[in-house]
Amino acid sequence: MTTSPPDGAAPPSEPRSMSRRSFLRGSTVMAAGVAAMAAGLAPLRKLSDYGSVDEFLQMHYSELKPEQMKVILERMEREVQRQYGVRPHVRDFKPMNGVEFVYALNLTRCTGCRKCVHACVAENNQSRDPGLEYIRVLKMPNGTFDMEKGDHNYAPESVPEPGFFYMPVQCHQCKNPPCVKVCPVKATWQEPDGITVIDYNWCIGCRYCEAACPYFARRFNFTEPSIPSEKLNPNMSYLGNRPRHKGVMEKCHFCIQRTRAGRYPACLEVCPTGARKFGNILDPDSEVSYILKHKRVFVLKEEVGTLPRFFYYFDV
Amino acid sequence: MKTAVRNYFVFLARSASVAFEGDWRYFTWIGVLFAICLLGLNAYSRQLSEGLVVTGMTDQVSWGVYIANFTFLVGVAAAAVMLVIPVYVYRNEELHDLVIFGELLAVAAILMCLAFVTVDLGRPDRFWHLIPGLGKFNFPGSMLSWDVIVLNGYLLLNVHICGYLLYCRYKNTKPAKWFYIPFVFIGIFWAVSIHTVTAFLYVGLGGRPFWNSAVVGPRFIASAFTAGPAIIILALQVIRRFTTYRVPDKALLTLRSIVQVSMLINLFLLANEVFKEFYTDNLHVASARYLFFGLDGHHALVRWIWTAVTFNIIAMILLALPLSRSLKWLDVACVLAIIGIWIEKGMGLVVPGFIPSPLGEIVEYLPTWNETAVCLGIWAFGFLCYTFFLRMAVPILQGTLNKSNESAAAPAAGIVSVKS
Repeated sequence: MTTSPPDGAAPPSEPRSMSRRSFLRGSTVMAAGVAAMAAGLAPLRKLSDYGSVDEFLQMHYSELKPEQMKVILERMEREVQRQYGVRPHVRDFKPMNGVEFVYALNLTRCTGCRKCVHACVAENNQSRDPGLEYIRVLKMPNGTFDMEKGDHNYAPESVPEPGFFYMPVQCHQCKNPPCVKVCPVKATWQEPDGITVIDYNWCIGCRYCEAACPYFARRFNFTEPSIPSEKLNPNMSYLGNRPRHKGVMEKCHFCIQRTRAGRYPACLEVCPTGARKFGNILDPDSEVSYILKHKRVFVLKEEVGTLPRFFYYFDV
Repeated sequence: MKTAVRNYFVFLARSASVAFEGDWRYFTWIGVLFAICLLGLNAYSRQLSEGLVVTGMTDQVSWGVYIANFTFLVGVAAAAVMLVIPVYVYRNEELHDLVIFGELLAVAAILMCLAFVTVDLGRPDRFWHLIPGLGKFNFPGSMLSWDVIVLNGYLLLNVHICGYLLYCRYKNTKPAKWFYIPFVFIGIFWAVSIHTVTAFLYVGLGGRPFWNSAVVGPRFIASAFTAGPAIIILALQVIRRFTTYRVPDKALLTLRSIVQVSMLINLFLLANEVFKEFYTDNLHVASARYLFFGLDGHHALVRWIWTAVTFNIIAMILLALPLSRSLKWLDVACVLAIIGIWIEKGMGLVVPGFIPSPLGEIVEYLPTWNETAVCLGIWAFGFLCYTFFLRMAVPILQGTLNKSNESAAAPAAGIVSVKS
């Protein structure tokens, strides 16, 4: 059983008129389709500046020659000035020879005040709305390391509370980093000084690294970050705290713009109890070398084999 | 050479024009699908301009329904081999032409997969970073880079095989064996590989104990070979109902036995997983407990997973009984199996892997309306593609659209046939 084609009313002896009619009808349908499509795409009008052609064509960090990097850094400074009205100094700090950074955190001293969290946000130009933080402090009941028993949202009048200890967690700068292994485009990698960095201009935003990280260290920009201009830290680095855009990953980078210039990370400087220690593990006289040699240190989730460069220890 | 190219383009043009011919039911179907596509496009435009914040995803649950649907559809695509193997390995000639319908389904499914991963990207404009040679491809380190290769390779293989066989049928020439048989056999292994690689995306993550289980790969294959052929059974019945193409009952029953066995294996593997998790009862059971029973008062997925388990068990019983030799009951079993597996390996696998978070935090996930609209749009797009593919393939396989009637005035007249 067969039915006629839609324009079957036209006798087959008039192929020309039939094709004209179906052409007219076809183009009407097509025009309606295109109009509907345009209406569907309407929200794109609100699309904020998705970046210049230069930005679109920019190569991976490892392939940028020094003169190209110079142009890019200048472009970024202009962009930041246009967006925030503040002239920043964006630099590309390189790792120092003979340096491998290590962090050590004294759980006996940490009081859970979260000053490190806020200093980090201020130093690294993290989005304030929506809020994005690299450091997560867990309030743990004494007697367990089961993090499911930890409280992420504690907010008492004052800390510390008896019966608990506090455990700040941030990127562990692993020697065997699962996030680097899984990235399909090599947008994140480990630098010679042990810091795992992200090229925010290369990340495609697939969030595979976020799924791979056993320490919940990575953060995604689900929307365009917003930072009040007066809060912007103008001392910026390409692989560190320059402002990010929506759709890319970011995380703790041991304050690359400070530590590669011989300063301490912001979280360490602000810590009121001296719970945080940072330094070069290749230097046998450094404080971290002393701690690793003489204290009973441990790492989180040793069984996942990530070999963190972030150590915890108890004093007593 | 020049005429060969010209002939090929005439073939393409005629096939394309056939896709836009049909009765009012056909155009209603196409129109509805197109409208849903637009709805999805609208939602996606909103996501592009505002960011993934319009979805229900968070830093804690960083993958949701997009990746869930992607995972499910890779399985559907892989299942096309369940028609290929009987025909090319066991020489079951009755299924011969049906292979093309299966492979066209694979093509539509892969297109949907590619769409689902694209909408999941935060920066889709940087897709070129994934192109080997042009961007910076982390191969063989990243399982995602393997997935890019196997999925696109599988798409090309299937487009080549169906395209070539249909073109030969159109020209009424015998296909040159060397030009497609090797690809058919590569395709069999390739199909298994696409789903294995997709499973390895999850399995390879040591920080996610719920996924870090060797049985996930075999489970993926078993559930794919259940849901995929179930979808093919339904598609073949639609072809039978709405075209004059004769699909023999025997073909459907062959597929039934495949679904039957696969469903048994699938449920057996699920039981293995459940036993390991709950009998061991160590800290790593948290995700499974969240999925099946809820954790600390959070139980968004409990209803879903029990629906899936119930549907799968009913489907298994129906398939095991001689009752499902009747096509009506077979359809019921297929629909239940498809829904059950979609839940089980989509939402039931992707989401609980993130709950609790690696630091023990419980943040639940529910897709937003915008996210759902994008998903519906992609599904409609897939159905639209498959409808067009079938619209072109059926008259070619029936011989009503061929080279010898090229010069006829109304080329497609008489091929648009609908059983009333």
